[in-house]
Amino acid sequence: MTALPIIRHTGSEIGLHGRAAILDLTGAMYLPEDGVLLVADLHFEKGSSFAVRGMMLPPYDTRETLKALTRAVARFNPRAVIALGDSFHDIGGPERLGDEERATLARVQHGRDWIWVTGNHDHTLPDSIGGEVVEEMMLGPFTLRHEPRGGADAEIAGHLHPVGKVVMRGRATRRRCFVTDGARCIMPALGAYAGGLNVCDTAFQPVFPNGFTAHLIGTERIFAIARAMLCGD
Amino acid sequence: MPKAAAIALLPPEFRRWFKSRGWEPREHQLQLLAKARGGHSVLLVAPTGAGKTLAGFLPSLVELAGPSPSPLRGGAGVAKSERKDKSARDVISTAISSENGSPGRSTPNPALPARGRERRRTLHTLYISPLKALATDIARNLETPVREMDLPVRIETRTGDTPSHKRARQIEKPPDILLTTPEQLALLLAHREAGELFKDLRRVVLDELHSLVTSKRGDLLSLDLARLFKIAPYLTSVGLSATVREPDDLRRYLVPQRAGEGGERALADLVVVQGGAEPDIRMLELDEPLPLAGHTASQSMPAIYDLIRRHKTTLVFVNTRLQAEYTFQELWKLNDDGLAIALHHGSLDVSQRRRVEEAMTAGKLKAVVCTATLDLGIDWGDVDLVVNVGAPKGASRIMQRIGRSNHRMDEPSQAYLVPGNRFEILECRAALDAVHEAAQDTPDARIGALDVLCQHILGMACAEPFRLEDLYKEIRSAAPYAALMWEDFEAAVAFVATGGYALRAYERFAKIVKGKDGLWRVRDARIAQQYRLNVGTIVEATMIKVRLGRTSRARPGTVLPRGRSLGEIEEYFAETLTPGDTFLFAGEVLRFEGIVEDEVLVTRATAGTDPKIPSYEGGKFPLSTFLAARVRAILADPFEWDRLPAQMTEWLLQQRRRSVLPGPNDLLVETFPRAGRFYMTCFPFEGRLAHQTLGMLLTRRLERARLKPLGFVANDYGLAVWGGGDIAARVGREPGFLDDLYAEDMLGDDLEDWLAESTMMKRTFRQCAVIAGLIERRFPGQQKTGRQVTISTDLVYDVLRKHEPDHVLLRAARADAATGLLDVKRLGMLLQRIRGRIIHKPLDRVSPLSVSVMLEIGRERVYSDDADEILAEAEAALLDEALA
Repeated sequence: MTALPIIRHTGSEIGLHGRAAILDLTGAMYLPEDGVLLVADLHFEKGSSFAVRGMMLPPYDTRETLKALTRAVARFNPRAVIALGDSFHDIGGPERLGDEERATLARVQHGRDWIWVTGNHDHTLPDSIGGEVVEEMMLGPFTLRHEPRGGADAEIAGHLHPVGKVVMRGRATRRRCFVTDGARCIMPALGAYAGGLNVCDTAFQPVFPNGFTAHLIGTERIFAIARAMLCGD
Repeated sequence: MPKAAAIALLPPEFRRWFKSRGWEPREHQLQLLAKARGGHSVLLVAPTGAGKTLAGFLPSLVELAGPSPSPLRGGAGVAKSERKDKSARDVISTAISSENGSPGRSTPNPALPARGRERRRTLHTLYISPLKALATDIARNLETPVREMDLPVRIETRTGDTPSHKRARQIEKPPDILLTTPEQLALLLAHREAGELFKDLRRVVLDELHSLVTSKRGDLLSLDLARLFKIAPYLTSVGLSATVREPDDLRRYLVPQRAGEGGERALADLVVVQGGAEPDIRMLELDEPLPLAGHTASQSMPAIYDLIRRHKTTLVFVNTRLQAEYTFQELWKLNDDGLAIALHHGSLDVSQRRRVEEAMTAGKLKAVVCTATLDLGIDWGDVDLVVNVGAPKGASRIMQRIGRSNHRMDEPSQAYLVPGNRFEILECRAALDAVHEAAQDTPDARIGALDVLCQHILGMACAEPFRLEDLYKEIRSAAPYAALMWEDFEAAVAFVATGGYALRAYERFAKIVKGKDGLWRVRDARIAQQYRLNVGTIVEATMIKVRLGRTSRARPGTVLPRGRSLGEIEEYFAETLTPGDTFLFAGEVLRFEGIVEDEVLVTRATAGTDPKIPSYEGGKFPLSTFLAARVRAILADPFEWDRLPAQMTEWLLQQRRRSVLPGPNDLLVETFPRAGRFYMTCFPFEGRLAHQTLGMLLTRRLERARLKPLGFVANDYGLAVWGGGDIAARVGREPGFLDDLYAEDMLGDDLEDWLAESTMMKRTFRQCAVIAGLIERRFPGQQKTGRQVTISTDLVYDVLRKHEPDHVLLRAARADAATGLLDVKRLGMLLQRIRGRIIHKPLDRVSPLSVSVMLEIGRERVYSDDADEILAEAEAALLDEALA
């Protein structure tokens, strides 16, 4: 085994449609020119959603997700936060939100704009959770929506929960990732219980007909992995 | 009891039947009859071929045949004259009298329902076997005496394959004897009719008990047994077992324990059949030297082939599926005589396995290459030779395998041990000594697992409402749970109800609820249905089907999934394959094409392709502590070397010249530089699982000591760690360095830190989560619903660990890790043993012993759970590509 070259990143900054975008270890993305923090697929209250069906998952997923969200907000202190859909795992999610979690959410929202883009899990959202609710929106050149459509738009979306898998000499690791072709980006799911879909799945093909790079979230930094190095499940 | 009196217990028609077969009832068969008459539970320990099964069923057949021929009945006569200690019967009476508060139990013992030709049909005997196939096999064997004596006995099996109308009828109109598996029994006991179905049950026969009790299935069965004893006042148990180290463990298992009372344990009676002729077992010795590593035993194949040719039927046991594939392949390369040599392992397609089994029973096969799936007691007819390829791993294991040849007790079994490398020669030698002394190394009795307890509690709630105190008492009457603390029981109940979290978020979704009457009951029928789907303790590694593909005519280069299914491989194995990889499976070299819709698509590799086996799972079973100690003793004592093949002596002498041979309790640590890196090897002989854990922890500690570890490999005997820092130089500066490095405190924080990341630990947690019912079991063939909708237990593990590190499920997982995939318990014993006994030998090049471990590099997987390291490597590959 040869010693590996240490690659210095300029943070985890990438270019997206000619603009700077900072990829955060939490899975959030910060657009410094707009002062906007983007997050996707928070899936709050997924645990309690399973409990309704008799699977008593540890009821701490919303807290964990909020913790990550709080960290990202503290790091960038954004003017606005935009959540790209499926922020709640189901329609009843906002209702089940615990008092403590509700308070934490209000604290993070305080002093900045907050926009909920709706998703397939949370196509309607009550006023009680604060912020503004939209179906999709424009931010500079980008269309922000839950489900990526591909085509000519420069879009930033979520929905697919991308994960990349790398196998090196029999050792495999599977991590959440940002997927981008330089013009558009699909963000990883931030929710503590949000699983992932392998980027080699055909679902990603129409969005990136000309290929992509996956930015895998490691333990201490983010790694840019070429399509050819990624394996299916 | 004098033999004549014993024979008198046998009704005339049975005596006639034995005679017509030219048999005489064996002593232990009559003993069991007497025990049954006296109302005793009993453990029968007997070698293969002793007529164990018939002995187990004889009392039931006699009772079912009609009124007893002598006045002996109930707890009278026999018990008094024969036993001084407290009989199992007494124990049962105690259990019954303690039930006096509950409805329907306060009445004095009613007269036993009449048995015989005009009786009411109730279930009389339950037979539990670890294998579905074994239950079916036994049912077939039982039919013979029943038919030949024209006994009014109905025998049925109940397995996962039994159609639903038959299942329903079995509850309405039960047979006299029902043969089933532990999982099916759990399902029956969770049925609302369970009390009615089992109340007149007289006997439960537990076959292959030695193998059942070593696993979580044994835990589950013990709980079910406790419930049976509670339901059926006249129940006695019969355990059938191969020879074990501690028969008392099994005797306790068979009868209800009196919980709480200072250490006094109830024991079933014991009947032991001494082994017949001593087995004729030897090591296969070759003229050419064996390699220093590897398990394939490739040099020995011609000799094994020759043995097969010279015997009637041979069983060739190997330790792993891959080894089975390899051995089968090699034997066929030599098979100029076209001998009927077949392959059998658990991953093959069921229909293919059945074909092999049928051919075997029909005596059409010359040899079968098989794994542990054939370890258990199915009767394979006339096997006259057992060959064990690779390391024996345990003395008892090897004896049970050898017992598969010559099913007649008075003839010696023939067997060969075939070592694959030089260390395995030592292991074979140690095993031969153990067999010669009839020494056993079966594992210790288990402490009942908490995840199994959770599953059982839900099942009991499905059967009928329960009071917490009553269920606790019942559960503690099961031997593995005799020491269960009330707090743990409560935690398990809380888990079943709402997950048992400190944050009480799920009260309104509770699965079991306590009513105003103080009884706990299941919330609704849907939860009961969920229980039924998730019952059982076997959580296989998720398997994925292997399908043969055809090259598309229309589009050359495209492979279509049009061929037949070959069997299943573990998902994690499939995940490490990349298209173009070749591997051995189902006796062929296959080329991996990709995963298409939940199936591994393969094509046949072109003839002559050497399979690349990326994941060689070494010994599936770790070397037993007992054999390990013997191996160390042989190594340490030059007088012992005389009994080893000459090539070994030469090798050991070289090791002594170039380095040192450690004493039986020492740990030899060698350090040496090689090709720009620094290596450290050590030889604990504690099995690969414990070594893997040790390797993980050592690399963490070396990292912290800034010695830049890069990787390690482990096998059953030792491990090698390498890196960029010079460990020997460090030891030179800091003489206590190695003692600190190998100090027991690595099982504290270092272990905890590693467990957070460990894939092995996550796999262990997943199994506990499925067994306990936290998440639903995925069934083979069930459509994967996409990862967004299902839940990954890895994520649950992360969250739970952060918030409730002492949650009952994490405790269950840690208990498993102690003995299972991580073998922490054994590592702890090792670290304790070597305290102050580390012998460091700084060398300038690799020693003869170390070569054997070094050879595993490239053959064994290099372990690392460090995701960043893997990712950095992949990223660098992108860079290389860009620069090229």
